[in-house]
Amino acid sequence: MANLLEITNLHANVDGKPVLKGLNLKVEPGSVHAIMGPNGAGKSTLSKVIAGHPAYEVTEGSMKFEVNFKMKDLLEMEPDERARDGVFMAFQYPVEVPGVSNETFLRTSFNSISKAQGAEEMNEEQFRKFLQKKMELVSMDPKFLDRAVNTGFSGGEKKRNEILQMAVLSPRLAILDETDSGLDIDALRIVADGVNKLKSPDNAVVLITHYQRLLDYIVPDFVHVLADGKIIETGDKSLALKLEEKGYDWLLQ
Amino acid sequence: MSSDKLTTEGLTTQIDQGYKYGFVTEIETEQVPRGLNEDIIRLISSKKNEPEWMLEYRLKAYRHWLTMTEPTWANVSYPKIDFNDIVYYSAPKKQSEKKSLDEIDPELLKTFERLGIPLGEQKRISGVAMDVVFDSVSIGTTHQKDLEKVGVIFCSISEAVHKHPELVRKYLSSVVPVSDNYYAALNAAVFTDGSFVYVPKGVRCPIDLSTYFRINASETGQFERTLIVADEGSFVNYLEGCTAPQRDENQLHAAVVELIALDDAEIKYSTVQNWYTGDKEGRGGIYNFVTKRGTCKGARSKISWTQVESGSAITWKYPSCILLGEGSQGAFYSVALTHDKMQADTGTKMIHIGKNTRSTIISKGISTGESRNTYRGQVKVMPSAVGARNYSQCDSMLVGDKSNATTVPYIEVKNDTAVLEHEATTSRISEDQLFYLKSRGLDTESSISMLVNGFCKDVFKQLPLEFSVEAVKLIEMKLENSVG
Repeated sequence: MANLLEITNLHANVDGKPVLKGLNLKVEPGSVHAIMGPNGAGKSTLSKVIAGHPAYEVTEGSMKFEVNFKMKDLLEMEPDERARDGVFMAFQYPVEVPGVSNETFLRTSFNSISKAQGAEEMNEEQFRKFLQKKMELVSMDPKFLDRAVNTGFSGGEKKRNEILQMAVLSPRLAILDETDSGLDIDALRIVADGVNKLKSPDNAVVLITHYQRLLDYIVPDFVHVLADGKIIETGDKSLALKLEEKGYDWLLQ
Repeated sequence: MSSDKLTTEGLTTQIDQGYKYGFVTEIETEQVPRGLNEDIIRLISSKKNEPEWMLEYRLKAYRHWLTMTEPTWANVSYPKIDFNDIVYYSAPKKQSEKKSLDEIDPELLKTFERLGIPLGEQKRISGVAMDVVFDSVSIGTTHQKDLEKVGVIFCSISEAVHKHPELVRKYLSSVVPVSDNYYAALNAAVFTDGSFVYVPKGVRCPIDLSTYFRINASETGQFERTLIVADEGSFVNYLEGCTAPQRDENQLHAAVVELIALDDAEIKYSTVQNWYTGDKEGRGGIYNFVTKRGTCKGARSKISWTQVESGSAITWKYPSCILLGEGSQGAFYSVALTHDKMQADTGTKMIHIGKNTRSTIISKGISTGESRNTYRGQVKVMPSAVGARNYSQCDSMLVGDKSNATTVPYIEVKNDTAVLEHEATTSRISEDQLFYLKSRGLDTESSISMLVNGFCKDVFKQLPLEFSVEAVKLIEMKLENSVG
């Protein structure tokens, strides 16, 4: 089967310093990948480069994404263009947008993506109904819809809001950047449930995480170890258990 | 990676040349000779067929003005204005005699239609009565008959001088004295038109009242005078809009607006100011030097000023409230957007005199391009103002790295029981905020407009609905090309 995402020999700098140093990754539709690794290995950089953050400079390599059976060059695309083609990143630190209600934000986002994909835009009433169902997925209180985006949200609320956005936008490729960090066990379960319900044979999920415990709830098909800007080991879910037991040192030697 | 569009450096300067109100109406006008002296003032007064007391008022103001000097304390700079190089009166020729709206020059009707203000009987905006001022004269007021039925007077100030001299004499300059400041004195000497409103006791004005100011002629100044009196227990919602053609020279608009609220009366005054701003290099544009002040004269009276300042080359404007009546309330809600080389020095004064008076100030400044945007505000609590309260919030947002925002709060408290709160913030649209919105499928323009609208929300929600929709559109349009 054709890949959804193909990253080849990716090199990227942050503030002029090389962080990714020849990374390769292939993601097929319907698969769940976990990327683990020690601090500073480049995990968050990878997710930001995929989403297109302007502060991360790609110096070498390629990143292709399948759209309508053609591989498009993500590096040539703005973050909004990537989003409209179905790339989604759940932020590690979701950004506050004061004065803009969560509902307006979600509707604007949904409609701009729908429009680009040639789907019907929804009016306020239709969208509210649609949204209600999605809110149930992540057990979110309706009062969050009137509040300004992420403003004054607790860490856990922000993370749940990211998963709500993912549920609303149904991306083809979702990258969850340490969505589990800072969550208590109940919130973790809710977030994981949300992700599991959204899985389909057509989309793929990339989980970036420090902890094996997330993988108890979202079972990965592949586990990759990212160290010093490269993927140095790939295995199945048992690799995560091994890492938890033994740490990373045995791989780094 | 083509990420230039997202960096904050790329966020600057290329603002909107599409000022769609910049056209000129070709119409025959009657003007007085260029320059300012007592003869010119007599000529203006005679053209308006004014009573003797009005002429005396003007001459007194003029003589006082001659003794004054231009204020220089505002954070704005411009070449010295030659007050003898301005035409102080310009009126469409055919209009000078006509009184009925049905007889208006079709050219003028077309002009206002193009500005989105249909005046013809069939097309008028329902629910809003309009007075339209073209250069130096009011060319007509709609819905006058409906308003008369409930006793509301809404007409041009020139008409009021003739028809309601007792009200005009009682209240004119009662809030802004002739000698108040340089531009107020100049205005008193040469003002040509503006609106007059009187809402009688206990009447809630059934529709919104609105004045639209249009500058058309070149090299003329517009000196507008507006006076609104809300008698005991009355209520009025008043809206003001303004535009001017795109010209290379600067033009002066020096207005005075006075509001008076008696016991339990309420006046809501909203402005969307969209005078021509000048071009990218700072050529042309309106100098908007305006004195707006209201007196909450009666107990429990309320005055609120809401303004969206998005035009003019230079703005110098401080809509203020004198809180005289016990338990009276004043409010100032402002969004000031500056771009290219615009300069705005705007804010408010809240003077607490009566017991238990309250005031609220919410100011949002957005500076883009190489513009300068200053909030200047004063809260003064007099010894008599027992239990006075003020809440001030002044936020500035910078877009790009060449714009400038300044906040200058003056606080003077002479009563220990007063409670004042002041908050101020300055922020920049961050790369992270933009990236967040873009990664949710919004393009750069929509992202910025969403951030700016969120920033201004507390002010926009104070505007009447249609005005608020217009304000949002206006700000979006102005920001549209501000991103590279």
